[in-house]
Amino acid sequence: MKFADEFRDPDLARSLVAEITRLAEALTRNATRPLQVMEVCGGHTHTIFRYGLKDLLPETIEFVHGPGCPVCVLPMGRVDDCVAIAEHPQVIMTSFGDAMRVPGSKKSLLQAKAEGADVRTVYSPLDALKLAQKNPDKEVVFFGLGFETTMPSTAMTVLQAEALGVRNFSLFCNHITIIPTVKAILDSPDLQIDGFLGPGHVSMVIGTEPYEFIAQQYQRPLVVAGFEPLDILQSLWMVLKQMDEGRCEVENQYKRVAAAGGNAAALDAITRVFELREFFEWRGLGSIDHSGVRMRQAYAAFDAERRFSVPNLKIADPKSCQCGEVLKGIIKPNQCKVFGTLCTPEMPLGALMVSSEGACAAYHQYSRMAFVKRDVATA
Amino acid sequence: MATFRSKTITMAHGGGGRAMRELIDKLIVPAFDNPRLAMLEDQARVGLGSLAEHGDRLAFTTDSYVVAPLFFPGGDIGKLAICGTVNDLAMSGATPLFLSCGLIIEEGFPTADLERVLASMAAQARAAGVQVVTGDTKVVNRGAADKLFINTAGIGVIARGVEIAATRARPGDVVIVNGTLGDHGVAILVARNELELQSDITSDCQPLHGLVQAMVAACPGIRCLRDATRGGLATVLNEFAVSSKVGIRLQESAMPLKPEVRGACEMLGLDVLYMANEGKLVAVVPPEAAAAVLAAMRAHPAGADSAIIGEVLAEPAGHVVLNTTFGGERVVDMLVGEQLPRIC
Repeated sequence: MKFADEFRDPDLARSLVAEITRLAEALTRNATRPLQVMEVCGGHTHTIFRYGLKDLLPETIEFVHGPGCPVCVLPMGRVDDCVAIAEHPQVIMTSFGDAMRVPGSKKSLLQAKAEGADVRTVYSPLDALKLAQKNPDKEVVFFGLGFETTMPSTAMTVLQAEALGVRNFSLFCNHITIIPTVKAILDSPDLQIDGFLGPGHVSMVIGTEPYEFIAQQYQRPLVVAGFEPLDILQSLWMVLKQMDEGRCEVENQYKRVAAAGGNAAALDAITRVFELREFFEWRGLGSIDHSGVRMRQAYAAFDAERRFSVPNLKIADPKSCQCGEVLKGIIKPNQCKVFGTLCTPEMPLGALMVSSEGACAAYHQYSRMAFVKRDVATA
Repeated sequence: MATFRSKTITMAHGGGGRAMRELIDKLIVPAFDNPRLAMLEDQARVGLGSLAEHGDRLAFTTDSYVVAPLFFPGGDIGKLAICGTVNDLAMSGATPLFLSCGLIIEEGFPTADLERVLASMAAQARAAGVQVVTGDTKVVNRGAADKLFINTAGIGVIARGVEIAATRARPGDVVIVNGTLGDHGVAILVARNELELQSDITSDCQPLHGLVQAMVAACPGIRCLRDATRGGLATVLNEFAVSSKVGIRLQESAMPLKPEVRGACEMLGLDVLYMANEGKLVAVVPPEAAAAVLAAMRAHPAGADSAIIGEVLAEPAGHVVLNTTFGGERVVDMLVGEQLPRIC
């Protein structure tokens, strides 16, 4: 299949893996631990597990699965608020598919739907806007979440709703921004991460400049990476090459999509509609300053938080969860106290068990198979 | 015979009186047209002797059909209701013989649509060599059902010596599928028209008992057989792995896939291994019979694209793993709930 198979060539993968293995061995010759590379984005985590990249790489390299799964880091209090809005009798709540299952303190959107709330999956906020036009006697709310990747489409939808004069459409805004969170991880005293794979689709919007401080202040190499398996391997190789050559730079492997300067039109839409919140709560990481956005006063009419009364309660993460330590690479998912016992994909307790992009959910599937040795493979 | 006059189905057509009798006499009985149904007793009567000609055990199954939309490229709810139950019987190696048909109709349902569904069921039953011999019709208030639900139960007879069960996979066995995966799931997604996708993908909805008979003729010792409907290939293979306490290893590169289906799944962030099929079966066969079974399948119209996609191993017992085209491996687990598209 064109535009996909080119990025999944097993021969190219083998030669990249050989180079990565050689570099990693040289870099860890006198080290007491493997190199830790954080893939910030949940999309990367998904690719790593979907294509079995972990198996291809030497033990001298460890992926630390970062905070970039917007579904995972959504705090329970916000899900509760969303459910409260969805349960208004005149509301049609619309959401991306994988946000439907995120547990609140009492229920998820899927459970609210089963109990009678009108909750529908959409692929784009524009679908929600169309639904509002088709149902003028209903209030259609879009459950907006995601990083800068999904922010422009939500912003454009709000601008379009305004232009079209659609008054029964509003946004429950949970958009978050990645840079302050990466900074919070870098500031943590027990940090071990040696390098970063930067989120390709966030970079498509914001460009590569915002990551410069990671290379300059924190002296960690970062490579903006695409989402196909060869993208990940090539980016990893670029990170190791920087280390090998004693460089710390921001490089861009995903030039076919992400331009250095980002996307001006998208950034403009974001700036018009949204402003930074003073702080935003992240599941697993706690409150992080300036890490979320809300709608500007000028768009208050489209702001579900202003239009509907929501409980707005802060629900603490369960005490037994060690999501924060997993996110910083201090422990592996299966070293968490509740991994696989109190916290499973069926009944997730912690953020990272929630979505298939979450490190713990992916690991849960994989580690149950830890006994599968390669000699079983008879391919 | 005078035609059925009402343009829509009303509560009266389920009320047990004259209107219901008219519905049965003028639409349902003529559509299925066979003497057992035409007797209009409360039950169909089948001679035991005629059953015993086909084998020594009865296969009995039931399934309900609630698909939306009712009509989609490659089929409709009626075709599905016949094929699905015929296939559930066929997966035991049985010859499907008789079906029941329970209709739950939402009031206001257009008579023309009901006629279309009944005609489709009748045509499919004829093609599959089964008779719809008993049935029931209910009409429910608007909103109490989504247009039309169908339940079909079926009986068939299993030939002596055929022992197909999910518990019988052994290390060394070979996994075969009878054609491209995910066609029905993607056809339905597109037909729902919520995604504004356009494609020529049609549902693979088809009866499989003919194919199964050809397979059993080639290898009476077929171990496991199941049609990969809801939950797709991945779910069936996990059932085999758990029931037989074996591991199953699949080769991604060997999976028969239509490029359009693969493209749609890539775009929508869905995994084709979990997509529904309505005319696909997964077979586990002993290694020495694999070539003969594969040849027999490919010679049958319902199995032209059959392929060997994996093998059964002793370990990891109870799990399915996939060797990716990329050279890695991953676990193919059961889904927690329904498959949900990813955010980005």
